[in-house]
Amino acid sequence: MSDEVVLSGGEEHIASAISDEVVITFDDVNKWYGEFHVLKDINLSVQKGERIVICGPSGSGKSTLIRCINRLEPHQDGHIAVNGVNLDGSVKNIDAIRSDVGMVFQSFNLFPHLTVIENCTLAPMWVKKMPKADADEIAMKYLARVKIPEQAQKYPGQLSGGQQQRVAIARSLCMNPSIMLFDEPTSALDPEMISEVLDVMVELAATGMTMLCVTHEMAFAKKVADRVIFMDFGEIVEENAPGEFFDNAKVDRTQIFLSQILAH
Amino acid sequence: MASVESSSAAAIVFTKKPDKPPPPTTVGVLGWFRENLFYSWPSTIFTFVALYLIYMGFAALYQWGIADAVWEAESRRECLDTSPHGACWAGIIVWFNGIIYGRFPHAEQWRVDLGFILLVLWMAPFWFPRLTGKIGIGITAVVFYPFLAGYLFAGGERGWFMQTMVLLAVTVFITNWLHIVLSMVTGRSLREWVVRVTGFTDKHERLHKYPMLGFQAIILAGVYLWLGSWSVSEVSTNLWGGLFLTLLISVLAIVTALPGGVALALARRSHMPVIRVSAIAFIELFRSVPLITVLFMAVTMMPLFLPLDFQLNKLVQAIIGVCLFAAAYMAEVVRGGLQAVPNGQYEAAKAMGLTYWKSMNLIILPQALKLMIPNIVSNFLGLVKDTTLVSIIGLYDMLLMLKAAGQNPIWIGLHTEPLFFGAVIYFILCFAMSQYSQALERKLKTTR
Repeated sequence: MSDEVVLSGGEEHIASAISDEVVITFDDVNKWYGEFHVLKDINLSVQKGERIVICGPSGSGKSTLIRCINRLEPHQDGHIAVNGVNLDGSVKNIDAIRSDVGMVFQSFNLFPHLTVIENCTLAPMWVKKMPKADADEIAMKYLARVKIPEQAQKYPGQLSGGQQQRVAIARSLCMNPSIMLFDEPTSALDPEMISEVLDVMVELAATGMTMLCVTHEMAFAKKVADRVIFMDFGEIVEENAPGEFFDNAKVDRTQIFLSQILAH
Repeated sequence: MASVESSSAAAIVFTKKPDKPPPPTTVGVLGWFRENLFYSWPSTIFTFVALYLIYMGFAALYQWGIADAVWEAESRRECLDTSPHGACWAGIIVWFNGIIYGRFPHAEQWRVDLGFILLVLWMAPFWFPRLTGKIGIGITAVVFYPFLAGYLFAGGERGWFMQTMVLLAVTVFITNWLHIVLSMVTGRSLREWVVRVTGFTDKHERLHKYPMLGFQAIILAGVYLWLGSWSVSEVSTNLWGGLFLTLLISVLAIVTALPGGVALALARRSHMPVIRVSAIAFIELFRSVPLITVLFMAVTMMPLFLPLDFQLNKLVQAIIGVCLFAAAYMAEVVRGGLQAVPNGQYEAAKAMGLTYWKSMNLIILPQALKLMIPNIVSNFLGLVKDTTLVSIIGLYDMLLMLKAAGQNPIWIGLHTEPLFFGAVIYFILCFAMSQYSQALERKLKTTR
C-alpha cells in the first residue's frame, strides 16, 4: 500500500482524549459464514475516545469484525455490547445502536438518486424526526467541515471518488454518532484522492471521536491510532501501540505482514 | 506527449497541447450521410433499393387509404360500387361512436367523457412544476376517484356508502384544485391559507389540521346541498364497450399492477417463510397460466367460491382476473429491479438506522423503479393489448366492436378498415406511452 501518502499537518501523533468509559466490548465472539469460521474467540474492549486501526490480509475477518458492531453481520456466539446495549436479535436494540454508530464504506454507498445534501439530511429527518431546516443546517455544517459545502446541490455521480467519500463521512456525522466505523475508506480511491479523505479523518480524530478503522494506510495509523490490531484467519494476532507495532512487533506473522506492505 | 527528461537543472515545464477540431467529413449531417448511407458502393445501392421499397409501400397505402377511399356512403355495397379498390372509411365514420363508446346510450355518453376529463384533471398537477402535496393528490386519486368515476359510468341509486364516497370525492377534488390554484398564484398552500385566516398560526403545528378539517367539512356540506339528491340513470355494464371499456380495464390494471407487483416482489424477498412461499405460489401460478384461462376462471369459477347472495357481474370478474394477472407479471419486473440495486445501498440504509419500510420507500424502491422504467412500460403496453382478450368472454371491448362492424348486414365484409383503424388507435396509445416513458427516463437520469 502507499506509505507515501502525505498527510497535512506533519507526522507526529495527535493527542488523544481517552476516558475510562468502555463503549464497545466483544466477549468471546464467534461468527461463521455457513461452514466458514470467520471470527474466532474475539475479545476486545474499546474505550470512549479511543482510535483503533485494524489491519490484516484480505479474508482475515477485519471487515466482518467492525460490521458486527452495528450488526450488519449477526454473530452466532458470544456477546457484543455497544454503549451498554447488548446486541442480540432485538430490533429495538439494533435500531438504537445503528443511529448512534456511523459507518463509512469502501464503496461510499451514497444514494445516487438524492443530492449530496439530501443524502446528509435523510437519516436525521427520517430516523430522528428532525425538521428539515435544522437538518439542512447541520448538513451544511458537516459538509463545510469535510470541505465541500459548494457541492451540496450536486448528485453523487457528479463528484470525484474522494469527494464522494467525504460526503459519506459528513452523512454519517449528521446523525451525531458517538462511534465511527470506517471499512477500508480509501481502498477504492485513486492515489491522488486518498490524502484528502485521510486529512478529514485525522481532523475528525482530533475532535475526540471514538473511531475504529480498517485500513492499510500506515501513515494514518502512525499519526492517529492509539492501538493497532492485526488480524489473520479470524483471530486477533497482535494488539499494540502504534510505535511498538511498527518497530517491534511481538509476533512473527505481524512482522511478515508489515514487511510485505511497507516494502515496495 | 511532452517529453520529460530528467536533468539536474530545473524541471521542464509541461504545457498541454491545444485541442483541434475533428476532420469535417466525419461530423455533421454530411458526415452522418457518408458514414451511414453511402459508406461504400454496395451500401449506396442498398440505400437506393430501400428508398424505392419504402416509396412503393407508402404509395400503395396512399392509393388505398386516401386517393381511392370512399368517405361518404350508406352501405358497404355503395362503397364497393363507388371505388372497388379503395378503403371504405364511410363505414368507420358510421361506426365511430360504437367503436369509442360501445353500446353506451347516446344521451348518457357525456358521463364517460366527464369521467375521463376528471381523471385527467385529477392527475394533471403531477406535471406541474414546484407544486407541493403531489403525493397527497395522488393518494386521493387512488382512494376517491374510482368511486366518482364508477358512479358516473354505472349510475343508478346510491347506497349510503356510495353516496358518502361520491360526495367525498367531489369535495376532495374541489379542495385539491383550490390548493393548486392558490399555490400556483400565491406560493402558499391551501393549508397555510386556512390556518392563517382562522388565526391558528400561533398555535402548535399539531393543531393546524383542525381548521383544515373544518374547512373540508364546510365544502362537504356545500357539496351535499348541491349534489346530495343528484343522480344519473343506470347504465348496465353489458352496454359498456369500445375504446371506453378498453381504457377502463387497462387503466385499472395498470393502477393496481404497480402497487400489487411491488407488494408481491417484497413478499417474495421476505425472510418470513409463510409470506415468501405464498408470494411465490401466487406469482408462479398466475405466470404459468394463459390470461385467457385466468379470464374464463374468473368468470365461471370465481362465483363458486363466493357466497350465493354476493353476485359480481362479468365485467368486475374479468377486471379482477386481469389485475391479478398483471400484478403477478409486474412482481417479477420489480424483483429484477430490487436485485439490480447494489447491496451497499441496503447496507448504508441499515447502517443509518432506517427501518425496513423507510429504507425501501426512500432508498431502494425509487432506484429500483427508475432502473425498471423500460420493463415496467413494456409490461403496461403488453397489458393494454392483452385486454383485447376480454372480447372472448363476451365483453364488447374495442376489438369486438371493430369485428361487429363487419358483421352488421349493411356493412357485412367490412374487416380491413376497422382493423386498420383499431391498429392506428392502439399504436397512438402505445407509442404515446412509450415516448412518455423515454422522456421520464431522461428526466430522472442522474449519473450513477
